[in-house]
Amino acid sequence: MRKTNDLGLNKSFKFKNYLNYTVILAVLAVLMILQFTGAAGTDFNYKIMPIVIPIGVYVILALSLNMVVGFLGELSLGHAGFMCIGAFVGGKIASLLDTGDNANISVMLIALILGGLCAALFGFIVGLPALRLRGDYLAIVTLAFNMIITDVIKEIPFFAKGSNLPTPSLKDEYNYIIIFAIILITLAVIQNFARSKHGRAIMSIRDNEIAARTMGINIVKYKLTVFTISAFFAGIAGVLWSYYQPGINYEMFKYNVSIEILVMVVLGGMGSVNGSILAAALITFINNYGKFSEESFAPYRTVLYALILIIVVIYRNAPGLKGFREKYNMKDLFAKIFKKKTSQEKLEDIADKETKKSEKSDKKEQKLSNKVSKKAAKSAKNAKKEDR
Amino acid sequence: MDFLETLLNGLSLGGTYAIIALGYTMVYGIAKMLNFAHGDIIMVGSYIIWFTFLRLDCHPSISIALAIICCVILGIVIERLAYRPLRGAPSLAVLITAIGVSSLLQGLPAILDTISKSSNNSALKEKLSGILNPLPIQDMVHTNKLVLFGVEFPISISALVTILITVATMIALTVFIKKSKTGKAMVAVSENRDAALLMGIHINKIIVVTFAIGSALAGVAATLMLTKGTPASPSFGALPGIVAFSAAVIGGIGSIPGAALGGFLIGILETFCNANSALSPYRNAIVFSVLIIILLFKPSGILGNPRREKV
Repeated sequence: MRKTNDLGLNKSFKFKNYLNYTVILAVLAVLMILQFTGAAGTDFNYKIMPIVIPIGVYVILALSLNMVVGFLGELSLGHAGFMCIGAFVGGKIASLLDTGDNANISVMLIALILGGLCAALFGFIVGLPALRLRGDYLAIVTLAFNMIITDVIKEIPFFAKGSNLPTPSLKDEYNYIIIFAIILITLAVIQNFARSKHGRAIMSIRDNEIAARTMGINIVKYKLTVFTISAFFAGIAGVLWSYYQPGINYEMFKYNVSIEILVMVVLGGMGSVNGSILAAALITFINNYGKFSEESFAPYRTVLYALILIIVVIYRNAPGLKGFREKYNMKDLFAKIFKKKTSQEKLEDIADKETKKSEKSDKKEQKLSNKVSKKAAKSAKNAKKEDR
Repeated sequence: MDFLETLLNGLSLGGTYAIIALGYTMVYGIAKMLNFAHGDIIMVGSYIIWFTFLRLDCHPSISIALAIICCVILGIVIERLAYRPLRGAPSLAVLITAIGVSSLLQGLPAILDTISKSSNNSALKEKLSGILNPLPIQDMVHTNKLVLFGVEFPISISALVTILITVATMIALTVFIKKSKTGKAMVAVSENRDAALLMGIHINKIIVVTFAIGSALAGVAATLMLTKGTPASPSFGALPGIVAFSAAVIGGIGSIPGAALGGFLIGILETFCNANSALSPYRNAIVFSVLIIILLFKPSGILGNPRREKV
């Protein structure tokens, strides 16, 4: 019998496993309809796009950080560093190759790939300490990496000393389609990676490294792969960011950005692909939408996210709240709303099935034992007959 | 700048790092968690000194004492509300909570600023004005060189005081842990929590005491940093906190002399980088590179005990 779980580890096609692609495509379709019918008017370029593009970039960032934090179970506080490398390398390459006013797609593709590869190289380098260090130490090393990157970029004349490196921007109005395409590619790569045998190997490293090693899983290979892929996509997000901004500054990639991405991943639920997408979209939306995006609201936003982060982590992990967690959780809430079975009822169902099974097997055993005893009785009779 | 003066300045900067690193190492050694918010407790301390000393005209000793008391209370509150519910939870969860506490504290000055700007109370407005970019407290900075028996020494008075306070704190902490009953209980909790519990040690109480000591050290560190002329700001403690944690790791986390040694080493390294014009922009990069190299080749630090991973 095939069992499914949250990650959809079965091979059979189920629409549920592709729901996220469908939702993203639907959002894209809505945007395209809005654009072509002109229903939103000038709002489309001046109000909707400044929200949609950052959401796209942060969704890619959250998805890629989720690989390290959610699947590998290591805390990386240097994600903005990879983004920084991608943004500066990609932005510089794009501005060197770009001669006309309108940036063309091929230049953007080259910038995306080269920026991503440069970030991936650094991801590999940061992955090396991750082979020996874990937990708090690794978090500090990644944080230190982020600070080193911004400090060094600040001193390189090639990158305009890190302040206001002018970058080209796609002048035509279809750049959001490119961002959506990249989100879909990122999602496909990361989700399929997580569902593959490699993904399972990585999650086994997270759950118990020694046990994973004993089972013959190549820890070195998998840890480096995760860091490299994660950095690659962060670099791509950086290139997109440099295209979105008229000029890029090293201060855009300080470690508080890394922490912001971490907040998204934690809020979405570590290890949950769809959760990362939703949380990234929600937080970026709040950061960029209307009244909340005002400068005077920024400190409240920071404090609010911090509070939510603390409460969510305590709720999900506190040993003392175990009973509370089983009683009140999001899954049961959704289940009640959509009138599905709550986890408690599911457990009861399973228990019912088990008891039925055991009853059945009890009956079988009884039958068997009856048969055996009858046989024994028969053979005993036969034996008696033979004796006579 | 001549060599001796740079060295002494490095020792003084290192003293500040050492005090912060002592706070990290105490908490890490006993509660087994990286208190990411330590640097931000320092920030709160610096703001309390700024507010009481410049805005309420308190005597310096009173404002310093107030800062230390407030830091201690803050540390205990954070421990009680954010960290204690997570005792026994995975270390990743504890670390993320600590990061959350850190950014929560960093957001507070900005909130006070917006509150004071929008309030009608003119006294409050005046008292809290400029909270986001406070001026350095000049009265606390003594850059005059030390003169003894008519001889000028190449060290400023505040630098000398920093070094003396660091050494005194280190000795006091070592004596406290080696001799006092609470200190011995701390060592017991750090070595084996369950065994300590069986011996009748109240673990929560010991961890609260540890946080109180660590936060008091944060208050001292805030004072020392202000005497160097650094103005208070929301990110006052963030970078020094991370550098000092590196120092604690380099010296060997959990070891008190190690934290002091690491702090002094990092301070000297940073001062020498600063003195060299070619290296000075990269000083943080160099410090963190040293951290990464030491972690790679000797993860237990210079004076730490290597830990073996058990199944």
